[in-house]
Amino acid sequence: MSDAKVIDRAATDEAMSDRAVTDEALVDFVYHEARLIDEKRLDEWYELFTEDGLYWMPLTRGQPEGPAHTSLFYEDRLLLQVRIQRLRNPNSFSQSEPSWCQHVLQAPRVQTRSPCGSRFVLRTPFFYAESQRDQQQIYAGVAWHHLVLRGEALRLRMKKVELLNCDAALPSIQLFL
Amino acid sequence: MGRYREDPARIRSLVQPDRVHRDVYLDPELFELEMRRLWPRAWIYVGHDSQVPKAGDYLTVEIAQQPLVMVRGTDGAVHVLFNRCAHKGSRVVSATSGNCRGQFRCPYHGWTYRCDGSLRTVPLKSGYAGTAFQESSAAQGMTRIANVAIHRGFVFARFSDQGLSFEEYFGESLTSIDNMADRSPAGRLEVTGGVLRYLHQCNWKMFIENLNDTMHPMVAHESSAGTARDLWKDQPPDAPKPMVIEQFVPFVSNYDFFDRMGVKIYDHGHSYTGVHFSIHSKYAGIPEYEARMVQAYGEERAHAILAESRHNTVYYPSLTIKGAIQTIRVVRPLAVDRTLIESYTLRLVDAPEALLERSVMYTRLINAPTSVVGHDDMHCYGAIQQGLAARGNEWVSLHRNHTPAEADQIAGSYNGTSEVSMRGQFRAWASALAEVEEQP
Repeated sequence: MSDAKVIDRAATDEAMSDRAVTDEALVDFVYHEARLIDEKRLDEWYELFTEDGLYWMPLTRGQPEGPAHTSLFYEDRLLLQVRIQRLRNPNSFSQSEPSWCQHVLQAPRVQTRSPCGSRFVLRTPFFYAESQRDQQQIYAGVAWHHLVLRGEALRLRMKKVELLNCDAALPSIQLFL
Repeated sequence: MGRYREDPARIRSLVQPDRVHRDVYLDPELFELEMRRLWPRAWIYVGHDSQVPKAGDYLTVEIAQQPLVMVRGTDGAVHVLFNRCAHKGSRVVSATSGNCRGQFRCPYHGWTYRCDGSLRTVPLKSGYAGTAFQESSAAQGMTRIANVAIHRGFVFARFSDQGLSFEEYFGESLTSIDNMADRSPAGRLEVTGGVLRYLHQCNWKMFIENLNDTMHPMVAHESSAGTARDLWKDQPPDAPKPMVIEQFVPFVSNYDFFDRMGVKIYDHGHSYTGVHFSIHSKYAGIPEYEARMVQAYGEERAHAILAESRHNTVYYPSLTIKGAIQTIRVVRPLAVDRTLIESYTLRLVDAPEALLERSVMYTRLINAPTSVVGHDDMHCYGAIQQGLAARGNEWVSLHRNHTPAEADQIAGSYNGTSEVSMRGQFRAWASALAEVEEQP
């Protein structure tokens, strides 16, 4: 599904906002979102997502949205909650030595604003490092933030992460890009 | 000259009836011998014929250090060729998949080959007049593997001229592939939805052994499946279960469940868990699918097909399948401590889309580099690869439910938590490794 369609689908259920959201506020959201992951403030991160929010990392380039194609991540809030709670479980053996991550973002750009002024799509190229003691992996990609205005607050309807080497043989990726 | 190459007795001494020596996972020489003695004589999974539907369609793959191309010929037959130019040895085909439009062409000197590997043209051929070219291996083209068998679309090859026939090698274990294909109202499967490629920092045998290891899920997967169970536990019993909950939670079933599930052992290292039921048995029904199955097969046969709920079937040493959920994992050893696991999803032809969505979700939740279940498995394999270096104990225990009667016959049905499947695998392993290969 194209970005434009995502916006169209949701535009009807969104009230008009009387104050325009500035580019700066949108860009700040993206920086803040990455920082919450890096600082493991995952409950706050989780709360950024709407009830129907989706964290999606496609497996192939140009992959259509939907449940009929395998993805690396295709997580609704329930699955995100499983991941977040698991990271804190003392029996998460793959995290007995914890992983840490760092996003380095290129300046996010606002790609689209819906006509009603409550839906936005931002594009952010990034580098991401995930380390676990002596092992460090580095990934590059582009993050697409699909934001919606809920009352006064911006929320994340979908974060789509296009991994540059999505078709490569990959080791365990344990945190969130 | 290594310690094992010329010494079959020493290789045999590594595999005892109820334990194996750590060298089977650690020794690079034994890995090389596996690539020369075990893999080439076994029937190895190459790909699925639905991946090359049209004449000229091909895919390339490296298996046991051998570059291969699987291609659908102009006559419709599927060939498996060594991906090597007959001239100077260049890999001829470099793309992962595509259509060759009737010929393969070497990127170096432009020699061309037909889909069956035979040499088609050589530029400026007059230069070979009066030479021994015509009698040489160069004139034979890309070497085609003679022993290729296709079962319900699954393409297997035996690289060596020596070894058991396909039917002898797999025997009744093929009923697991049959059951997976029979679950399609059309009796056909199609690979679809992408391949998950998960790099494992461990010996390939640890992965294979784990597939019928029913004593680990409740421990290793407590943090993932147990978390899912806990998140759902306050829901009323009649609340419709999200697929995520339905797929995760059975992993933390208790020991009694996995024991009663049962394990079936075949000769040559093959086996499956879930003889009587499995973690897949309680998925919600999909009425439209069941109706189509009854229409295709009749009431009795349709129910018999769907009543099977095999867990993992191991086609030793290269393929594991999950018929009840239509996913497969392909084992590609890279080095003694490195293995690539590729996971594919299969569509049941003529079944409702919901079946595919279920399979897609399962393979992502369980088999992906981003899977929380996979992370804990991978952690354990890596920990074994490291831990085995410890001095003081050179042996890996496979004693669980061992009986001396296995010495005469290992094929049969056993309680699900027995380690008999691993003993069966190592029996096949030792017999292949101790048999010195033909020169070269």
